[in-house]
Amino acid sequence: MGILDSKVPSGPLADKWTKHKNDIDLVNPANKRNIDIIMVGTGLAGASAAATLAELGYNVKTFCYQDSPRRAHSIAAQGGINAAKNYQGDGDSPYRLFYDTIKGGDYRSREANVYRLAEESVNIIDQCVAQGVPFAREYGGLLDNRSFGGVLVSRTFYAKGQTGQQLLLGAYAAMNRQINRGKITSYTRHEMLDVVLVDGKARGIIARDLITGEIERHAAHAVVIASGGYGNVFYLSTNAMGSNVTAAWRVHKRGAFFANPCFTQIHPTCIPVSGDHQSKLTLMSESLRNDGRIWVPAKAEDAQAIREGKLKPTKIPEADRDYFLERRYPAFGNLVPRDVASRAAKERCDAGFGVNKTGEAVYLDFAAAIQRYGSEKALTSGIKDPDQETITKLGEEVVEAKYGNLFQMYEKIVDENPYKTPMMIYPAVHYTMGGLWVDYNLQTTIPGCFCTGEANFSDHGANRLGASALMQGLADGYFVLPYTIGDYLSDDIRTGPISTESEAFDKAEAEVRANLEKLLNAKGAHPVDYYHKKLGKIMWNKCGMSRNATELKEAIEEISALRADFYENVRIPGGLNEMNTELEKAGRVADFLELGELFAKDALERNESCGGHFREEYQTPEGEALRDDKNFRYVAAWEYKGAPKDAKLHKEDLVFENVELKTRSYK
Amino acid sequence: MKLLLKIWRQKDGSSKGKLVDYPIDHIEGDMSFLEMLDVLNQELIEKGDEPVVFDHDCREGICGTCSLMINGEPHGPDRLITTCQLHMRRFNDGDTIVIEPFRATAFPVLKDLMVDRSAFDRIQQAGGYISVNTSGNTVDANAIPIDKHHADESFEAASCIGCGACVAACKNASAMLFTAAKVSQFALLPQGKVEAIDRVQNMVRQMDLEGFGNCTNTGACEVECPKGISLENIARMNREYLMATVKG
Repeated sequence: MGILDSKVPSGPLADKWTKHKNDIDLVNPANKRNIDIIMVGTGLAGASAAATLAELGYNVKTFCYQDSPRRAHSIAAQGGINAAKNYQGDGDSPYRLFYDTIKGGDYRSREANVYRLAEESVNIIDQCVAQGVPFAREYGGLLDNRSFGGVLVSRTFYAKGQTGQQLLLGAYAAMNRQINRGKITSYTRHEMLDVVLVDGKARGIIARDLITGEIERHAAHAVVIASGGYGNVFYLSTNAMGSNVTAAWRVHKRGAFFANPCFTQIHPTCIPVSGDHQSKLTLMSESLRNDGRIWVPAKAEDAQAIREGKLKPTKIPEADRDYFLERRYPAFGNLVPRDVASRAAKERCDAGFGVNKTGEAVYLDFAAAIQRYGSEKALTSGIKDPDQETITKLGEEVVEAKYGNLFQMYEKIVDENPYKTPMMIYPAVHYTMGGLWVDYNLQTTIPGCFCTGEANFSDHGANRLGASALMQGLADGYFVLPYTIGDYLSDDIRTGPISTESEAFDKAEAEVRANLEKLLNAKGAHPVDYYHKKLGKIMWNKCGMSRNATELKEAIEEISALRADFYENVRIPGGLNEMNTELEKAGRVADFLELGELFAKDALERNESCGGHFREEYQTPEGEALRDDKNFRYVAAWEYKGAPKDAKLHKEDLVFENVELKTRSYK
Repeated sequence: MKLLLKIWRQKDGSSKGKLVDYPIDHIEGDMSFLEMLDVLNQELIEKGDEPVVFDHDCREGICGTCSLMINGEPHGPDRLITTCQLHMRRFNDGDTIVIEPFRATAFPVLKDLMVDRSAFDRIQQAGGYISVNTSGNTVDANAIPIDKHHADESFEAASCIGCGACVAACKNASAMLFTAAKVSQFALLPQGKVEAIDRVQNMVRQMDLEGFGNCTNTGACEVECPKGISLENIARMNREYLMATVKG
């Protein structure tokens, strides 16, 4: 195994976590009061962990760049959260959730971690209901469920199209209770710029107060990174404008391995790009695929007429429509996993069947669902022989109750009424499965530095199934880290407070300062966004939905050249010791310019197609991903060696004792 | 389209601010309002000026970070959306647009259009939660049926994004709608009833301490709320508060 020890406990899969919890060391309540923990990021993974650790008695400091912990980008998660409750009696179980997740991730995640996730999923729902999270309910007063892609059961709990918001506000409320008790100190509008290692252990961070510009030192016995994903390396993504890789990347540069950086999720249902001014992309929840049917015209001339504005989609008869997901994947239809749906949409658009003026859009159509719901509603409302108009009206009301906020969001952006004309959608970068390498205890390769949620790599393999990001964030934060971090901290009960007056802190602060000054001193011509957009174009065109060796090699060269140009020719107005939003952006883009190169290197090294990583050289005759389990059944964990091109690869072999590796089929 | 922007510029919390004119051209209808400001900022940086600072993050109307008084209205002229969801097709060629921060004593300006809304966090910290520890041993989620009507109403109240438009819209800069939304979310659920008395008293006390004004029932908050939070929540909070005073 070399230097990568996953620390997966022995024993049968279903007993590992219980056994581990019984075996690990605990910290007694009185000693917890003497131990400090730093939490970077306050999304689901960070807020839930901060609250739980504080409840246990630890002293917690939380850091977020937003003006309030409540604004972390978990808030924007729409569709729902999975849990193996089997409330619908449709045969669900923790094992089935585990199996779906392993298969959905195309067999590139760790069995034991995923099983633990499935096991804890049921506790999350109980905990959230106890906190007052208002999940959707049925008329009988019990919780409602819906289906998500890649599974054959209904296990997704939701709160309209705002599930992430409600779960995050639950975790934020739990944090607030601890802030009120003085157990959490919340630092908002603060950005972590480095981790400080003392005697090889993570003992604090250097952060910048984004209002005053002041560089601050904060010490603790352990540091947890819960700073989310790095989708913004593509410039355009569904992430928030501020979402960044900086905390994770700086930790990587201090010794934490970065795993599977090329595993990115391209989400199939996003609102298409409208022009060069575009600053971000907006997701239309996967839950819409419960009721929406995805299609393009079957005839190329119809597609062209639509692009030229000469034909309306509603005028195309059923026989001339190609419901390509239903055609290619009859078993799962519109609910195939995200990677499969995205590639299928790209394939149709590349073949000339795209439906907006850029040719990069397919339809998501609710007409059939409106008719179906309308007829049902007419029946249950006792309306005999309803006319077409009544059915449509009733159907639209049902669809509005289910997805109203999403339809409104779409109409505002696109200026078209999705109840009357099909939505246009196209894949966009949404989530990153890669991240800091962690062992079973969620500890990185730096002792005392832990990583939870999207920022780590552990649970989703090469593709994440819908409604499982929220599940992972909360499982890590509420139910996993609070146990596993105790095992590490049990050695620290006699350590006493960590001082910020040490050589290690002096050095780290000086380096942070020097880096910021270097950025400010480049008195070039271009704003930060100029570089970010250029990087995004390289990433999307050469490291996006499909990749090949030639273009990946080009991407590596181009990103490296762009990075050199950036340090020379970027222009950042203002100074260091004041609020400086351009300087904030510059620091993040500087890190993206390094990560992007490692991303391409990782994609180039992985000579197989799996999940979201599709290498054109490795596909079946039908165009499906061709995995190579013999040579690539491992986690690629990269060690920082000064420049992305010099990064050193370490492999963690993935051992499958409980599932048989098969070709993933949704046909 | 061509526009004249009049934007509030203020160096920091202790400096005086003023409206500055910025003519801008080549704005397209498909741009969002914030993308229009992005265009302006790129131009300013290229000229060597400092960009206009404004709060924004998710740009899809849910994080509650963006703000802005646009021609005197929080989140601009459209209803039920945030500034980040406002698109330039709502404006006409030649328009003048006045852009100011959300103004309230309890929301001090930090720089330009960015204000400090941490008062909202402190109101939540005073009692906006149910005191239940994380354990994995709470009762099964389906052990307490909650009738759909109340669950839905609770959700509607909980969908507040904490942007502060209600405060900015109110002539008294009152935070009643914000506070009432959180009180209501819990008041409508059986789990929330246990601590109802303390919750409403503590949250209202903190709201007053922060320097928000009183509610005089003009209803401007409800009109401007991007999430359509209903005034009924204020009535409910008043009832809760009265009950708490009697019982407490």
